[in-house]
Amino acid sequence: MNPQHEPTLVVDRLTTRFAGRGGSVAAVDEVSFHVAPGEVLGLVGESGSGKSMTGFSILGLVDPPGEIAAGSIRLKGRELRGLPAREWRALRGDRIAMIFQDPMMTLNPVLRIDTQMIETVRAHRRISRDAARALARDALARVGIPSPDERLRAYPHQLSGGMRQRVAIAIALLNAPDLIIADEPTTALDVTIQAQILFEMQTLCRESGTALIWITHDLAVVAGLADRVCVMYAGRIVEQGGTAQVLETPAHPYTRGLLDSTPAANAQPDATGRPQPLRQIPGMAPSLKELPAGCAFRPRCTRASDLCGQVPPAVELAPGHVARCFHPLPTVPEVKP
Amino acid sequence: MSAQQPAQTAALQEAPVKAPASGSPRAPLLELRDIRKIFGARPDWLERLGQRLGWLQPAATVQALDGVSLSIAHGEVVGLVGESGCGKSTLGRIAVGLHAPSSGKRLWRGTDLDALSDAERRRVGLGIQMIFQDPYASLNPRLRVRDLLAEAPRVHGLIDRPSETDYVAALLRQVGLDPAMAGRFPHQFSGGQRARVGIARALAVKPEFLVCDEAVAALDVSVQAQVLNLFMRLREELGLTYLFISHDLGVVRHLSDRVAIMYLGRIVESAPSAEIFSRPAHPYTQGLLAEAPTLKVEKKRFLAIQGELPSPLAPPPGCHFHPRCPYAFERCRFEVPNLAEIAPGHVSACHLNSA
Amino acid sequence: MSETSPRPAASPADSEVERPLRRVVRAYAESRVALFGLALLLAIVLAALLAPWLAPQNPYDLMQLDMLDGRLPPGSASGDGQLTYLLGTDEQGRDMLSAILYGLRISVGVGVVATLLALAIGMALGLAAGYFGGRFDAVLMRIADIQLSFPSILVAMILLALFGQGIDKIVIALVAAQWAYYARTTRSAALVEGRKEYIEAARLLGLSTARILFRHLLPNCLPPLIVVAALQVAAAIALEATLSFLGLGLPVTEPSLGLLIANGFQYLYSGRYWISVFPGVALLLLILAINLVADQLRDVLNPRLQSQ
Repeated sequence: MNPQHEPTLVVDRLTTRFAGRGGSVAAVDEVSFHVAPGEVLGLVGESGSGKSMTGFSILGLVDPPGEIAAGSIRLKGRELRGLPAREWRALRGDRIAMIFQDPMMTLNPVLRIDTQMIETVRAHRRISRDAARALARDALARVGIPSPDERLRAYPHQLSGGMRQRVAIAIALLNAPDLIIADEPTTALDVTIQAQILFEMQTLCRESGTALIWITHDLAVVAGLADRVCVMYAGRIVEQGGTAQVLETPAHPYTRGLLDSTPAANAQPDATGRPQPLRQIPGMAPSLKELPAGCAFRPRCTRASDLCGQVPPAVELAPGHVARCFHPLPTVPEVKP
Repeated sequence: MSAQQPAQTAALQEAPVKAPASGSPRAPLLELRDIRKIFGARPDWLERLGQRLGWLQPAATVQALDGVSLSIAHGEVVGLVGESGCGKSTLGRIAVGLHAPSSGKRLWRGTDLDALSDAERRRVGLGIQMIFQDPYASLNPRLRVRDLLAEAPRVHGLIDRPSETDYVAALLRQVGLDPAMAGRFPHQFSGGQRARVGIARALAVKPEFLVCDEAVAALDVSVQAQVLNLFMRLREELGLTYLFISHDLGVVRHLSDRVAIMYLGRIVESAPSAEIFSRPAHPYTQGLLAEAPTLKVEKKRFLAIQGELPSPLAPPPGCHFHPRCPYAFERCRFEVPNLAEIAPGHVSACHLNSA
Repeated sequence: MSETSPRPAASPADSEVERPLRRVVRAYAESRVALFGLALLLAIVLAALLAPWLAPQNPYDLMQLDMLDGRLPPGSASGDGQLTYLLGTDEQGRDMLSAILYGLRISVGVGVVATLLALAIGMALGLAAGYFGGRFDAVLMRIADIQLSFPSILVAMILLALFGQGIDKIVIALVAAQWAYYARTTRSAALVEGRKEYIEAARLLGLSTARILFRHLLPNCLPPLIVVAALQVAAAIALEATLSFLGLGLPVTEPSLGLLIANGFQYLYSGRYWISVFPGVALLLLILAINLVADQLRDVLNPRLQSQ
């Protein structure tokens, strides 16, 4: 976090609604955050929390019946909301790049890697094929692909899943974007490959000053990667702050519940030698169609009161640590018995 | 809690032991002995002709399992960990009898399952059920929950028509679902609820042994916690034995009494859960533990395991792990290390153990 | 540790959960063209079924025909003044409307019966091939490949040349020409569905192979089969009409639409268009209606669109 830097991306009260039978639902509801150059922001939530839709909104990829209903998205001071489709296309792949869970969303199976990479460069910049090819080769080398010249001539199906994801990352890096949005890019990969990619992404973003939004369901992934974390529930950011603040002293009961649900965190066996049951969150995530009024987490929350029938405002509990909760947990580190 | 359980946390047997008497109470509930599995179709006459004439390359075969032995005691939970392509799912499917091993034996309470008649094997097979990974593909979308749960017990005469409704209701309650949901189709449930229906379906035939193949991998964290707690509660209530297959060390650590680590078709290490997480012996286990994401807020400064998983089509000779192993030396390149006991109940297959 | 045992998971509101059948009906009704096609099809089928009650005369009963009324244009009155030939008459004085209604009956009947038989045979073979695989699968699919490499009209013509004419013969020829489509479609569906975990679960639960095949596998293979069957009914009707037109199909005593068209063909140039054209229009409307319905079914039952 470098407060002296102007943030690369400022998202302010972004709301994305989907019209459907029986009214419209807010998949993203008044979401505000910012990312600084070289910073990694973890966007964490379970399925249906709106984390991917937040990413799609920033990329201008919300298709009808969805629409960005309110708020603003500013990239380096430039307002993106309401941009014509042609200008969005010019931005994507150039100033904003994306990485998906399935690298085949990015890669065309019938084209060689070099063809695809050179095209990506030349779609946004007027340079020769040879220069573009050199850039492509550099990008492959930077993401840790051994013998990049050989890989350039390969087709996607000739590469392993981890390799393909690396190529997708290299394509994202090609035009030195200001912002990369990565949606669960390591979820389908093995632990050892995931570790390598996480490690490399961190270094790359720091060195190039690219801002990175890492969308994931896995708190453990952001723990080792992100500088700051936003936790989403039912379309809203319920808590955000520095990674240590959110993961070590969570203020929102939902964040606490997620941490307690993660098995790695509390595997201390009890006196009988058996592990304790996980402290699970009761109930299940609500459908966006039938959200309770006020705090959406209220029906599953042990701390809820009548007050929670209203939408809780975002309250800054510590510098940079914001939660939307009327009854936040104490944010001083407590000693657990 | 079964009292005999800790005593039976027997070490993995790397060599076949003398066969215990049939139905011996001391025999492990399920024992897999020296299981090999080779995938790849045997060539038919046309392909053989083509190969002989040199027009066709011999079809690639994958040795998914290379002499794996595993025994699981009654009431025990064994975690089986490994990365994709290591053969853990194949081993699970052999354990339940969905795949036949290319060689090796499957013993149930000391009795060789292949020596049984079809009818007997079918009866014993009911005692071994599987919980699947995909909560969508594992339920027949055309059947109501009532039929999903009651079909098998009805066919096998475990229940009669009048008691069916009560039986289904009891099953649903046991897995934490509302019995009023019995009339619904699978698509009317959330992922977590489908997982529960899948568990109830397995419980419907009163199994003793459950093989869970990545059973919580597709679920959200909060739902995963609920289902893991359900597995633990069922173990207490029904005295179930589990083989819990997962790539997630956290999940396995949480549930298992004993953990076996697989790499490219072989078990490389096996030990009681607490032991393997506190004193991992094999370099691959050490690397996995170091690289699994944890909730500790710290940036990784080093990588324990470099490189990619080799293709199972052409595994490296010697120790399969040697190309990625930071400690590999000459011997690892040509000699396969055997599993050897390095502490009570703790076996590891690494030449460093004897170096 | 009992406090933490999960309480029954909260149920989503039961209000908006749709049954699969109801979803199909609703999605089907979204297209007006498809609804029109369905209405047209129902009208034609109903008219064919009720032909004996709807038709002004029985075109097969030679006693009712008056040779003197032959080749009258549409709208003419009969010689005895008892009825009006709305669509004219043919050379034997047969009321074309009645002939078309009876012809539709035969065309639709032959098409549907042949399709159902071919469906049953192809489905059973394809299901077994997809589930068991191996040599049976290889042999069956090679036979299907060879058969499909000939035009179906050729297959049917050869068979009819061997067997001779007759309504049963043409059904056999149509089945022989079409079973392979169903076998292929079923097999590919069975291959996809058979790999899913619910089939493995059924095996582990000790269910019999017949039960797995017919209760678990088959119902999940049906959607693509329904689409193929709907399209193939049209193809079967067209094929039968073609064969009859060529004089290979049904005997003159049971004139289907194809034969009616053929009968009027020679009068086309003499300006007596109605003998050929009206049966042609009836055939066209029938096939159009079936195709409209089948097209929409394909969209509605497409699993890729269904997931949304």
